[in-house]
Amino acid sequence: MKKVNSHVLALNGDEAVAYAVKQSDVDVVAAYPITPQTIIVERFSEYVANGEVQTEFVCTESEHSALAACLAASLTGARAFTASASAGLALMHEMLFVTSGCRAPVVMAIANRALSAPLNIHGDQSDTMAQRDSGWIQLYAENVQETYDTVIQAFRIAEDTDVLLPTIVGLDGFTLSHTLENVRVLPDEAVRAFVGTRKFIEVLTHEDKTAPFRLDPDYPMTMGPIALPNYYFEFKRQQEEAMSQALTTIRRINAEYSQLTGRSYGDGLVEAYRLEDAEVAVVCLGSTAGTVKAVIDALRLEDVKAGLLRIRAFRPFPVEQVRKLLQNMKAVAVMDKSLSFGGNGGAVYHETRHALYDADAHPRIVNYIYGLGGRDVSPGEIRQVYNDLQNVARGQLAEKSVRYLGLRE
Amino acid sequence: MTGQEWKFTSKEIAEKPELFLSGHRACAGCGPATVLRLIMKATRGPTIVTEATGCMEVASSIYPYTSWGTPWLHTAFETVAANASGIEAALKALKKKGRLKHAHVDVIAIAGDGGTYDIGFQALSGAVERGHDFLFVLYDNEAYMNTGIQRSGGTPLGAATTTSPAGTVVPGKLEHKKPIAEIMVAHEMPYVATASPYYWRDLIAKARKGLEVEGPAFLHVFAPCPRGWRTEPAKTIEYSRLAVETCVFPLWEAVDGKYSLSIPSRVFARAPEKKKPVTEYLKGQGRFRHLFMPQNKALLETIQRLTDEKWLKLLKKCGEATVSEPASSSS
Amino acid sequence: MSHEKSWREIAPAGVCFKSSLTFLTGDWKTYMPIRDREKCTLCLLCVLYCPDAAINWHPDKQNIEFDYNYCKGCGICANECPTKAITMKLPEE
Repeated sequence: MKKVNSHVLALNGDEAVAYAVKQSDVDVVAAYPITPQTIIVERFSEYVANGEVQTEFVCTESEHSALAACLAASLTGARAFTASASAGLALMHEMLFVTSGCRAPVVMAIANRALSAPLNIHGDQSDTMAQRDSGWIQLYAENVQETYDTVIQAFRIAEDTDVLLPTIVGLDGFTLSHTLENVRVLPDEAVRAFVGTRKFIEVLTHEDKTAPFRLDPDYPMTMGPIALPNYYFEFKRQQEEAMSQALTTIRRINAEYSQLTGRSYGDGLVEAYRLEDAEVAVVCLGSTAGTVKAVIDALRLEDVKAGLLRIRAFRPFPVEQVRKLLQNMKAVAVMDKSLSFGGNGGAVYHETRHALYDADAHPRIVNYIYGLGGRDVSPGEIRQVYNDLQNVARGQLAEKSVRYLGLRE
Repeated sequence: MTGQEWKFTSKEIAEKPELFLSGHRACAGCGPATVLRLIMKATRGPTIVTEATGCMEVASSIYPYTSWGTPWLHTAFETVAANASGIEAALKALKKKGRLKHAHVDVIAIAGDGGTYDIGFQALSGAVERGHDFLFVLYDNEAYMNTGIQRSGGTPLGAATTTSPAGTVVPGKLEHKKPIAEIMVAHEMPYVATASPYYWRDLIAKARKGLEVEGPAFLHVFAPCPRGWRTEPAKTIEYSRLAVETCVFPLWEAVDGKYSLSIPSRVFARAPEKKKPVTEYLKGQGRFRHLFMPQNKALLETIQRLTDEKWLKLLKKCGEATVSEPASSSS
Repeated sequence: MSHEKSWREIAPAGVCFKSSLTFLTGDWKTYMPIRDREKCTLCLLCVLYCPDAAINWHPDKQNIEFDYNYCKGCGICANECPTKAITMKLPEE
């Protein structure tokens, strides 16, 4: 594939999402505003009002209805998109499971924000982490450029006939959603060609016909039935199979997109930064990775063998990659911008430790809960993490494996 | 409103293909099942149906079996109007982009009490405010029947349900039936109507009108439930007649907000002496049995009084002048 | 119960693959409707009111037929028949 010329636009994260959606031949956007996602829906409304898109834009009366409408639109054969954050995503909770169970390839941008109570509009990842069991693919962007690229890729990943799972693209609230960057955007035709039109798998209907999987009066079919204990389990197994397939699809789409743009995000699932000869490593998601990389570069000049594993795809969790890339570390700090109360640490910590349990070598792994409610994390604090790691690596027992970074004790 | 009124005979209706098929698991004598059959007879071309969680949804879609001869989607309990919004938007978008082979597809949203009065109300109100082109059908059996007869916003005053039982201290539900159809008229929507399956011709004609209207239409259909009402299964249709004859459930339509009384109810406006006392309707229903105990006499009288008041208010809205108050004897 | 399919064999999202017409609810009934053809005026109200579409109008035969494969014996048809042409009877009768 020939590399395509991009031009540069100054966009914040939300604007980049709206722009990517504009270019991706989306049929239906049903959404409800919530800080810090509001710019996505506002910008998109402008596109609609100026006739720049042929998308049906539905301002639903709540997020729960927004996702229900997107789900139904998707099952009718439309390409559907929505966006939310925090309480809005939490309100969608029931429908997240339904969307995944119905195998509808809805794409949703989440401007990651803290959950109430108390009310907080700022960025952390507790909203999407709380939905990790829902059967949605979850991809996290480090910067606005990646946000733009990932939304475009998300349509291909979700709609892949081996996958057919709804997909969340997470961008850190305010840190990315409201921060202006220079973004290389593709020409409209290039995005259109990349996303293509939806392909439908064929299913057997109750009229003994094989038909494309969508609501079509020519091929009556029933979707969303009640499945009793004799069948429900099998549908859940299918969703898990789709998640396994997604591990391959995400890598493949990343590679294909890289051919088109020259931009690749690790292998699509994880990005390793200066990890090959590292002894101490941080694991994190999203924009914090950018700060960590800067700290690593400084530490390297001081001969500290520091590295970073940024997890891009949290669902499906890339167990193989995480195990392979971290097993030879001496000490690992997993940074979680969310907390699973009563669970001894955050979700990324749990899953990283789990990935390493069966490894040949076992680095010491500690957890830093940070950034909750939009609390900023500084390069100095990250440097402190690496200092701690060097002590942990030397075998100094960590009294607490779960620590809090930037908390006033 | 669009052109000619659709005229049909019972034979023509009987000959139309069944789109709500036999073999569904509804109870013997189920009112909603008859309602859905008749609604589907009113379809006029390509149609997509979406349904809320409830009796009819569960009874007609026990995997791998389905009773639906049209494309059909269920997602959740509160979402049917949001589903309809999404389907309608998808059809519009696909049509705009030249990807829809049908010139027009009708969208029907079907729900029971829960999916309309209560948990489904928000989505319904929102969908109507946005003006989506769809028909919303409420099959009203006056309680959450599928989960075991719990009270809903549509349960009438004095009815016993499992969460508003008739006990020694409290005689059934003390709250009133939410005037859902009138609430929908207040949304300033193109078409709202009430119907009852005994009056099958009126019901089918109204369903067809609802489909023909451009924009949202709401059809409130009375649907007795022998199981929940503790009535004889054979009398389901009879109760749907008595409800109209006692003016407990009058039949009317509001076209762009203008009320008119439907023929079956007009009889009682023009000849008030024919209006039956509510006891004719209430007796024989196990859920109202306690109302006939001496200590509940006042409640029974209240029910008659309120029925009469609401009836008179409706007559005014419909421009039906009454010479005198209808004779209402309490039993 | 006939052989149930594995997760690899069924379509995703619960797309149903059997019509309910293959599920015969007729064995639910205790009483069954019997029509006196002499009294029947073919008004077709029973056809319209049956919750189970178990009474069918056959234009080619210009007659109605009761489909006892689906009839649940509710008795609505008997109750509504204007000429009382239908009575509910136990199968032995």
